[in-house]
Amino acid sequence: MSSVPMEYYLILSAFMFIVGVTGVLIRRNAIVVFMCIELMLNSANLSLVTFSSYLGNPIGQIFVFFVMTVAAAEAAVGLAIIIAIFRNKLTVNIDEINIFKW
Amino acid sequence: MDFYNIIFFLFALITIVSAFIVVTSRNIIYSGFSLLFTFFGVAGIYVLLGSDFIAVVQIMVYVGGILILILFGVMLTNKIVDVEIRTGASHMLPAAIGVGILFGALTAVMVFTGWKSEPGLVPQTTTVDIGKLLITDYVLIFELLAMLLLVALIGAATIARREKE
Repeated sequence: MSSVPMEYYLILSAFMFIVGVTGVLIRRNAIVVFMCIELMLNSANLSLVTFSSYLGNPIGQIFVFFVMTVAAAEAAVGLAIIIAIFRNKLTVNIDEINIFKW
Repeated sequence: MDFYNIIFFLFALITIVSAFIVVTSRNIIYSGFSLLFTFFGVAGIYVLLGSDFIAVVQIMVYVGGILILILFGVMLTNKIVDVEIRTGASHMLPAAIGVGILFGALTAVMVFTGWKSEPGLVPQTTTVDIGKLLITDYVLIFELLAMLLLVALIGAATIARREKE
Protein backbone atom coordinates (compact mmCIF):
# COMPACT_ATOMS: atom_id res chain seq x y z
CA MET A 1 0.00 0.00 0.00
CA SER A 2 2.75 2.42 0.86
CA SER A 3 4.43 2.07 -2.51
CA VAL A 4 1.54 3.65 -4.42
CA PRO A 5 1.60 7.42 -3.91
CA MET A 6 -1.45 8.92 -2.26
CA GLU A 7 -1.94 11.31 -5.18
CA TYR A 8 -2.73 8.43 -7.55
CA TYR A 9 -5.76 7.47 -5.53
CA LEU A 10 -6.85 11.08 -5.23
CA ILE A 11 -6.51 11.72 -8.95
CA LEU A 12 -8.49 8.56 -9.68
CA SER A 13 -11.16 9.84 -7.33
CA ALA A 14 -11.16 13.26 -9.00
CA PHE A 15 -11.45 11.59 -12.38
CA MET A 16 -14.39 9.46 -11.32
CA PHE A 17 -16.10 12.55 -9.94
CA ILE A 18 -15.58 14.36 -13.22
CA VAL A 19 -17.01 11.47 -15.21
CA GLY A 20 -20.06 11.58 -12.93
CA VAL A 21 -20.47 15.34 -13.38
CA THR A 22 -20.19 14.95 -17.15
CA GLY A 23 -22.89 12.30 -17.12
CA VAL A 24 -25.24 14.47 -15.10
CA LEU A 25 -24.67 17.35 -17.51
CA ILE A 26 -24.99 15.60 -20.87
CA ARG A 27 -27.37 12.68 -20.32
CA ARG A 28 -31.11 13.20 -20.45
CA ASN A 29 -32.30 9.91 -19.01
CA ALA A 30 -33.17 10.26 -15.33
CA ILE A 31 -31.90 6.79 -14.46
CA VAL A 32 -28.50 7.39 -16.05
CA VAL A 33 -28.29 10.68 -14.18
CA PHE A 34 -28.98 8.60 -11.11
CA MET A 35 -26.12 6.22 -11.88
CA CYS A 36 -23.82 9.19 -12.35
CA ILE A 37 -24.78 10.51 -8.91
CA GLU A 38 -23.76 7.12 -7.52
CA LEU A 39 -20.44 7.47 -9.34
CA MET A 40 -19.83 10.83 -7.67
CA LEU A 41 -20.71 9.46 -4.24
CA ASN A 42 -18.32 6.56 -4.86
CA SER A 43 -15.49 8.90 -5.78
CA ALA A 44 -16.03 10.90 -2.59
CA ASN A 45 -15.92 7.63 -0.67
CA LEU A 46 -12.67 6.74 -2.40
CA SER A 47 -11.02 9.97 -1.24
CA LEU A 48 -12.27 9.43 2.30
CA VAL A 49 -10.88 5.88 2.41
CA THR A 50 -7.59 7.11 0.97
CA PHE A 51 -7.16 9.76 3.63
CA SER A 52 -8.26 7.36 6.34
CA SER A 53 -5.81 4.72 5.20
CA TYR A 54 -2.84 7.04 4.78
CA LEU A 55 -3.43 8.67 8.16
CA GLY A 56 -3.91 5.33 9.89
CA ASN A 57 -7.17 6.62 11.33
CA PRO A 58 -10.43 4.66 10.99
CA ILE A 59 -12.74 7.67 11.38
CA GLY A 60 -12.67 8.31 7.64
CA GLN A 61 -14.08 4.85 7.08
CA ILE A 62 -16.90 5.58 9.53
CA PHE A 63 -17.87 8.49 7.30
CA VAL A 64 -17.77 6.23 4.25
CA PHE A 65 -20.21 3.99 6.09
CA PHE A 66 -22.52 6.96 6.67
CA VAL A 67 -22.26 8.11 3.08
CA MET A 68 -23.19 4.63 1.89
CA THR A 69 -26.25 4.59 4.14
CA VAL A 70 -27.43 7.94 2.86
CA ALA A 71 -26.74 6.80 -0.70
CA ALA A 72 -28.92 3.74 -0.16
CA ALA A 73 -31.77 5.88 1.19
CA GLU A 74 -31.32 8.30 -1.70
CA ALA A 75 -31.43 5.47 -4.24
CA ALA A 76 -34.65 4.06 -2.80
CA VAL A 77 -36.49 7.39 -2.65
CA GLY A 78 -35.10 8.65 -5.96
CA LEU A 79 -36.13 5.56 -7.88
CA ALA A 80 -39.56 5.69 -6.29
CA ILE A 81 -39.88 9.27 -7.53
CA ILE A 82 -38.71 8.29 -11.01
CA ILE A 83 -41.24 5.44 -11.15
CA ALA A 84 -44.02 7.76 -9.98
CA ILE A 85 -43.08 10.29 -12.67
CA PHE A 86 -42.98 7.57 -15.29
CA ARG A 87 -46.43 6.43 -14.29
CA ASN A 88 -47.82 9.92 -14.76
CA LYS A 89 -45.93 11.16 -17.80
CA LEU A 90 -44.74 7.92 -19.47
CA THR A 91 -41.23 9.27 -19.86
CA VAL A 92 -38.02 9.56 -17.86
CA ASN A 93 -36.44 12.09 -20.17
CA ILE A 94 -35.62 15.01 -17.90
CA ASP A 95 -36.18 17.54 -20.68
CA GLU A 96 -39.82 16.53 -20.92
CA ILE A 97 -40.48 16.67 -17.20
CA ASN A 98 -41.31 20.35 -17.06
CA ILE A 99 -44.77 20.65 -15.55
CA PHE A 100 -43.71 23.72 -13.56
CA LYS A 101 -42.68 25.50 -16.74
CA TRP A 102 -45.30 27.72 -18.19
CA MET B 1 6.96 -0.80 -11.00
CA ASP B 2 6.17 -3.23 -8.25
CA PHE B 3 3.24 -5.48 -7.57
CA TYR B 4 1.09 -2.91 -5.75
CA ASN B 5 1.40 -0.45 -8.60
CA ILE B 6 0.36 -3.03 -11.15
CA ILE B 7 -2.71 -3.98 -9.13
CA PHE B 8 -3.57 -0.34 -8.60
CA PHE B 9 -3.40 0.46 -12.29
CA LEU B 10 -5.41 -2.63 -13.15
CA PHE B 11 -8.26 -1.66 -10.84
CA ALA B 12 -8.01 2.00 -11.81
CA LEU B 13 -8.30 1.01 -15.46
CA ILE B 14 -11.36 -1.15 -14.78
CA THR B 15 -12.96 1.67 -12.81
CA ILE B 16 -12.29 4.44 -15.31
CA VAL B 17 -13.21 2.49 -18.44
CA SER B 18 -16.46 1.21 -17.00
CA ALA B 19 -17.31 4.66 -15.63
CA PHE B 20 -16.87 5.99 -19.16
CA ILE B 21 -19.17 3.30 -20.49
CA VAL B 22 -21.79 4.26 -17.89
CA VAL B 23 -21.81 7.81 -19.19
CA THR B 24 -21.46 7.22 -22.92
CA SER B 25 -23.38 4.02 -23.63
CA ARG B 26 -26.58 4.44 -25.60
CA ASN B 27 -28.14 1.31 -24.16
CA ILE B 28 -29.19 1.89 -20.60
CA ILE B 29 -28.73 -1.78 -19.67
CA TYR B 30 -25.06 -1.53 -20.70
CA SER B 31 -24.78 1.51 -18.44
CA GLY B 32 -26.20 -0.45 -15.54
CA PHE B 33 -23.90 -3.40 -16.02
CA SER B 34 -20.77 -1.32 -16.42
CA LEU B 35 -21.74 0.42 -13.20
CA LEU B 36 -21.34 -3.05 -11.68
CA PHE B 37 -17.72 -3.18 -12.86
CA THR B 38 -17.10 0.33 -11.54
CA PHE B 39 -18.31 -0.72 -8.11
CA PHE B 40 -16.14 -3.84 -8.18
CA GLY B 41 -13.11 -1.81 -9.26
CA VAL B 42 -13.62 0.63 -6.41
CA ALA B 43 -14.02 -2.30 -4.01
CA GLY B 44 -10.70 -3.68 -5.23
CA ILE B 45 -9.04 -0.35 -4.58
CA TYR B 46 -10.51 -0.33 -1.07
CA VAL B 47 -8.89 -3.72 -0.48
CA LEU B 48 -5.62 -2.34 -1.80
CA LEU B 49 -5.93 0.53 0.68
CA GLY B 50 -6.26 -1.95 3.52
CA SER B 51 -9.90 -1.24 4.37
CA ASP B 52 -11.40 -4.71 4.13
CA PHE B 53 -14.68 -3.97 5.89
CA ILE B 54 -15.54 -1.06 3.64
CA ALA B 55 -14.75 -3.15 0.57
CA VAL B 56 -17.19 -5.86 1.64
CA VAL B 57 -19.83 -3.26 2.54
CA GLN B 58 -19.29 -1.64 -0.84
CA ILE B 59 -20.02 -4.90 -2.63
CA MET B 60 -22.99 -5.75 -0.42
CA VAL B 61 -24.66 -2.34 -0.38
CA TYR B 62 -23.83 -1.02 -3.84
CA VAL B 63 -23.82 -4.17 -5.91
CA GLY B 64 -26.34 -6.10 -3.87
CA GLY B 65 -28.68 -3.23 -3.12
CA ILE B 66 -28.38 -0.04 -5.10
CA LEU B 67 -27.49 -1.63 -8.43
CA ILE B 68 -30.38 -4.07 -8.19
CA LEU B 69 -32.69 -1.16 -7.37
CA ILE B 70 -31.40 0.75 -10.38
CA LEU B 71 -31.90 -2.25 -12.67
CA PHE B 72 -35.44 -2.60 -11.35
CA GLY B 73 -35.94 1.07 -12.11
CA VAL B 74 -34.67 0.52 -15.65
CA MET B 75 -36.97 -2.45 -16.19
CA LEU B 76 -39.97 -0.62 -14.77
CA THR B 77 -39.59 2.60 -16.67
CA ASN B 78 -37.80 2.12 -19.94
CA LYS B 79 -37.93 0.80 -23.36
CA ILE B 80 -34.68 -1.16 -23.24
CA VAL B 81 -32.93 0.47 -26.16
CA ASP B 82 -33.16 4.16 -25.66
CA VAL B 83 -32.03 5.93 -28.79
CA GLU B 84 -32.46 9.59 -28.15
CA ILE B 85 -30.48 10.22 -25.01
CA ARG B 86 -28.34 13.29 -25.40
CA THR B 87 -28.96 16.96 -25.59
CA GLY B 88 -27.96 18.89 -28.63
CA ALA B 89 -24.50 20.27 -29.12
CA SER B 90 -25.54 23.55 -27.57
CA HIS B 91 -25.35 21.95 -24.15
CA MET B 92 -22.14 20.08 -24.92
CA LEU B 93 -19.83 23.08 -25.16
CA PRO B 94 -20.68 24.73 -21.81
CA ALA B 95 -20.62 21.30 -20.21
CA ALA B 96 -17.16 20.57 -21.63
CA ILE B 97 -15.80 23.94 -20.49
CA GLY B 98 -17.22 23.64 -17.00
CA VAL B 99 -16.08 20.07 -16.58
CA GLY B 100 -12.59 20.91 -17.86
CA ILE B 101 -12.23 23.76 -15.38
CA LEU B 102 -13.53 21.60 -12.54
CA PHE B 103 -11.16 18.76 -13.42
CA GLY B 104 -8.19 21.13 -13.55
CA ALA B 105 -9.08 22.66 -10.21
CA LEU B 106 -9.65 19.30 -8.51
CA THR B 107 -6.43 17.80 -9.86
CA ALA B 108 -4.46 20.88 -8.84
CA VAL B 109 -5.85 20.65 -5.31
CA MET B 110 -5.15 16.92 -5.13
CA VAL B 111 -1.57 17.19 -6.42
CA PHE B 112 -0.27 20.42 -4.96
CA THR B 113 -1.66 20.20 -1.46
CA GLY B 114 0.88 18.77 0.92
CA TRP B 115 -1.28 16.03 2.35
CA LYS B 116 -0.16 14.76 5.71
CA SER B 117 0.34 11.03 5.61
CA GLU B 118 1.71 8.58 8.09
CA PRO B 119 2.37 5.32 6.29
CA GLY B 120 2.95 2.28 8.43
CA LEU B 121 0.14 3.09 10.84
CA VAL B 122 -2.43 1.01 9.01
CA PRO B 123 -3.87 -1.67 11.26
CA GLN B 124 -4.22 -5.23 10.06
CA THR B 125 -7.98 -5.26 10.26
CA THR B 126 -10.21 -2.24 10.48
CA THR B 127 -13.45 -3.94 11.48
CA VAL B 128 -12.76 -3.87 15.21
CA ASP B 129 -11.94 -0.16 15.20
CA ILE B 130 -14.97 0.72 13.10
CA GLY B 131 -17.26 -1.31 15.34
CA LYS B 132 -15.92 0.31 18.49
CA LEU B 133 -16.25 3.81 17.05
CA LEU B 134 -19.78 3.11 15.84
CA ILE B 135 -21.04 2.17 19.30
CA THR B 136 -19.10 4.79 21.24
CA ASP B 137 -18.33 8.13 19.61
CA TYR B 138 -20.71 7.93 16.68
CA VAL B 139 -23.61 6.07 18.25
CA LEU B 140 -26.01 9.01 17.88
CA ILE B 141 -25.33 9.33 14.15
CA PHE B 142 -25.62 5.56 13.85
CA GLU B 143 -29.10 5.61 15.39
CA LEU B 144 -30.10 8.60 13.29
CA LEU B 145 -29.07 6.70 10.17
CA ALA B 146 -31.20 3.76 11.22
CA MET B 147 -34.11 6.17 11.52
CA LEU B 148 -33.27 7.70 8.13
CA LEU B 149 -33.33 4.28 6.49
CA LEU B 150 -36.70 3.49 8.02
CA VAL B 151 -38.15 6.82 6.88
CA ALA B 152 -36.68 6.34 3.39
CA LEU B 153 -38.18 2.86 3.19
CA ILE B 154 -41.65 4.09 4.14
CA GLY B 155 -41.33 7.12 1.91
CA ALA B 156 -40.23 5.10 -1.10
CA ALA B 157 -43.07 2.62 -0.66
CA THR B 158 -45.57 5.47 -0.34
CA ILE B 159 -44.33 7.37 -3.38
CA ALA B 160 -44.05 4.35 -5.67
CA ARG B 161 -47.41 2.89 -4.68
CA ARG B 162 -50.21 3.03 -7.19
CA GLU B 163 -52.94 5.40 -6.12
CA LYS B 164 -56.34 3.82 -5.59
CA GLU B 165 -59.05 5.52 -7.56
